Amino acid sequence: MRRNVLPGLRLSLGVTLLYVSLIVVLPLAALVFKAASLGPQDYWQIVTSSRALASYRVTVLAALGATLFNLFFGLALAWVLVRYRFPGRRIVDAMVDLPFALPTAVAGISLTALFTTNGVFGSILDSYGIKVAYTPLGIMIAMCFTSLPFIVRTVQPVLEDLDPALEEAAQSLGGSDFAIFRKVILPLLTPALLAGVSLSFARSLGEFGAIIFIAGNQPMSTEITALLIFIRLEEYDYQAAAAIASVLLLTAFLMLAVTNWLQARALRYTRRS
Amino acid sequence: MSFKKTARTLPRVGDGPFFRRALIGIVLTLGALLILAPLLIIGVEAFSKGWQVYRDTILHPDTRHAIMLTVLAALIAVPVNTAFGVAAAWAITKFDFRGKGFLLVVIEIPFSVSPIVAGVAYLFVYGLQGLFGPTLDAYGIKILFAIPGIILASMFVTAPFVARELIPLMQAQGRDLEEAATSLGASGWRTFFSVTLPNIKWALLYGVVLCNARVMGEFGAVSVVSGNIRGQTNTLPLHIELLYHDYQAAGAFASASILALIAVFTIIAKVALERQGAGRVRPAANPAENAS
Amino acid sequence: MKIRLDHVVKTFQTFRAVKDVSLEIESGELVALLGPSGSGKTTILRMVAGLEFADGGHIYFGDQDATDIPVRDRGVGFVFQHYALFPHMTVAQNIAFGMEVSKVKRDKAAIQTRVAELLHLVRLEGLGERFPAQISGGQRQRVALARALAVDPKVLLLDEPFGALDANVRRELRRWLREIHTKLGITTLFVTHDQEEALDLADRVVILKDGHIVQQGTPEEVCREPKSAFVMKFLGDANMLPAEVRDGRAHVDGAVIEVSGIADGKAELYARPVDLDWAASGPGIPASIARVMDRPGGRRVIATTGSGVPLELDLEPERAVKAGDTGYVTLRRATVFAA
Repeated sequence: MRRNVLPGLRLSLGVTLLYVSLIVVLPLAALVFKAASLGPQDYWQIVTSSRALASYRVTVLAALGATLFNLFFGLALAWVLVRYRFPGRRIVDAMVDLPFALPTAVAGISLTALFTTNGVFGSILDSYGIKVAYTPLGIMIAMCFTSLPFIVRTVQPVLEDLDPALEEAAQSLGGSDFAIFRKVILPLLTPALLAGVSLSFARSLGEFGAIIFIAGNQPMSTEITALLIFIRLEEYDYQAAAAIASVLLLTAFLMLAVTNWLQARALRYTRRS
Repeated sequence: MSFKKTARTLPRVGDGPFFRRALIGIVLTLGALLILAPLLIIGVEAFSKGWQVYRDTILHPDTRHAIMLTVLAALIAVPVNTAFGVAAAWAITKFDFRGKGFLLVVIEIPFSVSPIVAGVAYLFVYGLQGLFGPTLDAYGIKILFAIPGIILASMFVTAPFVARELIPLMQAQGRDLEEAATSLGASGWRTFFSVTLPNIKWALLYGVVLCNARVMGEFGAVSVVSGNIRGQTNTLPLHIELLYHDYQAAGAFASASILALIAVFTIIAKVALERQGAGRVRPAANPAENAS
Repeated sequence: MKIRLDHVVKTFQTFRAVKDVSLEIESGELVALLGPSGSGKTTILRMVAGLEFADGGHIYFGDQDATDIPVRDRGVGFVFQHYALFPHMTVAQNIAFGMEVSKVKRDKAAIQTRVAELLHLVRLEGLGERFPAQISGGQRQRVALARALAVDPKVLLLDEPFGALDANVRRELRRWLREIHTKLGITTLFVTHDQEEALDLADRVVILKDGHIVQQGTPEEVCREPKSAFVMKFLGDANMLPAEVRDGRAHVDGAVIEVSGIADGKAELYARPVDLDWAASGPGIPASIARVMDRPGGRRVIATTGSGVPLELDLEPERAVKAGDTGYVTLRRATVFAA
């Protein structure tokens, strides 16, 4: 380990630890503490109530659907932005960030306006018998919107930095385009795709603002977990809110751990012996 | 001997003209439907009841108060967060200490935590049923359902924004310049302001812009801790929800148009800063790197 | 497989990288493309491979016009400057790649046998399961070669094959590449900017400058009969003395040397350090010793002539000279070019 020669360790580390403790760790610890104070039986009963289970189900399924969609769409979008030159490419590139920059509540009401049965898209879909607003499909579309940039922005830099010599080498060895994509390009993108997928999935699980307007919020069918927490709060059932919130929190931590593990596995070839 | 006007280059994977056109077509169509359409509909809906309604909504005291509150939250949360981000980046990139990896993970936690969970967590610190709530209440200090709560919740959700832009950049820049400056007798502050800051200013600004956009637009966490008191603790996003549920769709979209405008400016600023090189430092373990 | 380049031209935007190059490489030959950076040597190699397309002219493989054959069908083995090994594949997987994606289907066992053969050939037995990040630079180089040989190429092309390695590894790999070439007899073309490498390794050296071939021949031919001052200087240390040619003789600061085929007038005389000698008394070019540098094989002397031209001389180890001595530089041999 190097000796620390620069000044400011105490001050900068002090500020950092204080901020992180007060702003990030303390509240989360308080939440866990509150949930833990319930006792195992009560806790289990609350987090496995049929309404809670239904909310997990719709949240997870919609998040899976949205992430799967974004896996393909995000990869295609990153590919198009990196590999091809066409008029308006820079504008499209900039617009990819809109879901990050646009407040979720704004996204929520505008997606709802588009997809209600008298909206621009909703009316067309309705004539084919497809209902989006106030159904799980609407939840999925809101999740697609808010989490789209994750996959694009994690894959894009890796795709940009892909050494052209690797593809040239694969071509000189006789590989077809499809073989090169499947055996060379895709494996090299995998760690970035995994990172993007997990960020996208985690964001979808926790999303609130963009969803509540379009979801319909019917208990047992279109009520997401984040909303159920909110409703428990409004009913002054703080312990139930804490318990269900702790489930979301633990899921987020679990996601982080799994992602780190998957990424390390996918990148094991970069480790020196 | 023949000369061609444009030199042929080796076609790469996916360069076939049919595939290329089809993929661009599909991606642009889906992009227009999923990203562009929601932006455009805000303008359409905001003016659906005419210019007068739009003007009235924007100038309504409740809207103006919501705007003021949103700006106030940003004015406090963003600078505090920036100071934290710089301190964290300095500590993490200029020194070696145990538990650095863990600290990095903790800083990133707010990214994976649902804003609703963040809001609830704050209830259990400052709320009446929380750790400090009763004590604070006894002294008449109000944090929840008031402006401080809104600011704290905003600070939670945006905690990683500045730090995560600075850390990879400062890591890549190393410590040589700062060590040289210190060896020449410069103080710590002097070293930071005349050596470090000029090299990270664009990345810093980049983080600040993104942080600001998130603070102004935060909905979930703020809606838990604000108490939604019209004309008192309503930020702009909360005001939009209120109008929307009051069946004042045009008013909601009129208010939304302000935030949409901020979002567009954020994107423009982001692009401008990226041209200066901000946001471009790649993670160290880049899988695409040639093994050589 | 014989390779023939016929008036090949390549232009990048407005920069003409390769200007009208014609070249023949005989079947089984080992040829070096030697030149400074920007001389077009890598572009020529990449055009032979099919990684770049010629804007004009033709490239023939045997009697077949290969100019427009895509790289994947051209049957060449290409070793990239930084090897371009697939980082996510093991050494064995890298070597097997070409056989696995080939249109000619091979069964798994056949591929494995061939990979083992190639690992043996490049002396990397036992490293098949390592990833490229886990082996040394020299080992990566050999993996790259094995991977290129796995597809039984008609032609082997190497772009600065030893450029990224340190001096010792480089010399060892050079000998080894020569052995492999002798064993397999495959037509081989490689690019280098290192004259020593080209002269050590190649049957024939093609020297390039600014997109033109300036001279080609065996190492002996280009060393003994450089056709231009550029070749003379590029192949090794050379002293230049301004000279005056009169009646078939070049006059330099008091020394005179017989020349042929050079018109009267100003000229440049080139002599390598070993072509010069030192004498205490004339005749010769009067000079004084500025500095003596000792090396394992002899003494390198820097002498300044009366007209101020610095000259470098290589003398035997036992010669007693020191800085400050005055005397005469004599010419053992020299090459004169019209200025």
